[in-house]
Amino acid sequence: MAEELFIQGNEACAKGALKAGCRFFAGYPITPSTEVAESLARELPKVGGAFVQMEDEIASAGAIIGGSWGGSKSMTATSGPGFSLMQENIGYAFISETPIVIVNVQRGSPSTGQPTMTSQSDMMQARWGSHGDYEPIVLSPSSVQELFDFTIRAFNLAEEFRTPVFIMTDEVIGHMREKIIIDDDKIEIVPRKRPEDKENYLPFKNVENGTNPMPSFGDGFNVHVTGLTHDERGYPDTNNPKTHTDFIERLCNKIINNKGKICSVKSKYCDDADIIVISYGSPVRSVGTAVEQAREEGLKAGYIKIDTPWPFPDKEVKELTKNTKSVLVAEMNLGQMFYEIDRVVDVECSLIGKIGGELHKPSEILSKIEELGGK
Amino acid sequence: MSKPNRFIPYLREDRLPHIFCLGCGNGSIMNAFLAGMEKAEMDFENIAMVSGIGCSSRIPGYVKCDSLHSTHGRALSFATGLKVSNPDLDVVVFTGDGDCASIGGNHLIHAARRNINLTVICINNNIYGMTGGQISPTSPKGSFGTTAPYGTEDNPFNLAELVATAGATYSARWTTSHIENVVTSIKTALKNPGFSFVEVVSQCPTYYGRKNKLRTPTAMAVTLKVNSVLKSKAQNMSPKALEGKIVVGEFANKSKAEFTDNIEKLVQAKSGGKKVINSAFEAEL
Repeated sequence: MAEELFIQGNEACAKGALKAGCRFFAGYPITPSTEVAESLARELPKVGGAFVQMEDEIASAGAIIGGSWGGSKSMTATSGPGFSLMQENIGYAFISETPIVIVNVQRGSPSTGQPTMTSQSDMMQARWGSHGDYEPIVLSPSSVQELFDFTIRAFNLAEEFRTPVFIMTDEVIGHMREKIIIDDDKIEIVPRKRPEDKENYLPFKNVENGTNPMPSFGDGFNVHVTGLTHDERGYPDTNNPKTHTDFIERLCNKIINNKGKICSVKSKYCDDADIIVISYGSPVRSVGTAVEQAREEGLKAGYIKIDTPWPFPDKEVKELTKNTKSVLVAEMNLGQMFYEIDRVVDVECSLIGKIGGELHKPSEILSKIEELGGK
Repeated sequence: MSKPNRFIPYLREDRLPHIFCLGCGNGSIMNAFLAGMEKAEMDFENIAMVSGIGCSSRIPGYVKCDSLHSTHGRALSFATGLKVSNPDLDVVVFTGDGDCASIGGNHLIHAARRNINLTVICINNNIYGMTGGQISPTSPKGSFGTTAPYGTEDNPFNLAELVATAGATYSARWTTSHIENVVTSIKTALKNPGFSFVEVVSQCPTYYGRKNKLRTPTAMAVTLKVNSVLKSKAQNMSPKALEGKIVVGEFANKSKAEFTDNIEKLVQAKSGGKKVINSAFEAEL
């Protein structure tokens, strides 16, 4: 049965988490993400789950990794300063192949920056924030409905690939109120797979598609989980170049080789477009309006909305832009995904970057389309 | 040939030999833990271990149980998540003075404040061993390390007392020269339904000893023994007389509401049921 609600993005995120099976949340208050924690503090005890307010974001990230090995789908939500503090344990989640979901409701930065204003300036931090080589999965919603839907997808991807997944949303989506539809019949949940053979189970083995089943602590598998480079038993093996190379390549390849399953883009009017605007997250809303207005003016404009900034959907973006004359990237920073897009597309690529804490106005994007589209 | 150690069945034999230096206190403390565990009649199958980074944090890797060798200083946050996620587990944390008193100091006092049912064994060797002999927050005033070539002027933390003050329901300190007391305290700690902290002052002949004119394990062990003063006796001693002494005994042993019990009660009140365990494996909840 479908349910219609008029709710805030952060509340929708919490609802999506509960629907996806999240039963443990550890977090620390930070604007503009706090309502995710507040909603789950209220709702988790009602469904047999647990909420813990930790002493900081380092501890929050550590706690959800522990929670995940304890057998609960686990999440935390934060914003830039907290995301910075979590980077150490994010690396641990990658190397230990722990499924967790981290929500970053982005705000103006660096440092304390603009706590109540929107931004997309943590996109490269989501890609490279922790030390070392790794391949993150990042989802960026453009509406309250998508924040709900993508939260469920984030949990599913985390379980499917035994990896951390980030929802990089922003203050606009987090605090906006919109109608959402929750249709249980259309929601698919990916449960964790428990290994069967206790005697021969290797928790970090290279298996088909790179993802191994995972037991809980207490299941009797006696798993050793470490942040040191380890062999397929989980035992540290730190001085062997081959062990490290094979291991880290496997962790990266399990994402890279499954880009077809992970990557998602949406597009409109790209077939005959002379200019294509590419965006993700809340700027997609202004881009959509601007492109419609450009079409009304007779300009051949189109747009691409990237749902999954990481792993970057190269193939899809390349294909959709192959016939266009120019590409314009709209994002709320001074150029982050821009460089990735510029690397992939074959035509001239420009940026309309906006900082300061306000969403692009459709008129600003339309002017740029007019300028680049040759009006 | 010597008899095989009776605790071998609890260990991952395929990981031996261990990495600890000759004369290190970690082996005796590991032994004391397993003895305390047997005395407390714990179900070994139900024990999960968590540790941070450092020599003492390598111990869980040698024990044949689920173990989480986490990041530096953060063991208690991982352990908090694990215990809350599955309160049925007996969660034991191995940590050191650098790990839990320096980089993890905040997590230590907050875990104690919550009185979450974890058993923490802190091996305090007064130095950073893994990185080669730098001073730690428990290095005695005037002691030497590679980062205190002229002797440290820093004031050390009194860990067992700090943790007791922060809210732990059990806190004790002994040294590796008091192994029977360590065993008894570990037994009490494992049975205490709350935050339990056992600090074991230990010898690091390789670094602390070498830097502080106590090169042999025996010299270190003897020093630990002669410098120790029972807490009951220390109460009547002047601060001057206590300088350089290690006060041993129990610093907290009381009962108080426990963190995961409080969560369970809240779940009971709000859902009418019990906290769901291992829910990640369910397709429908």
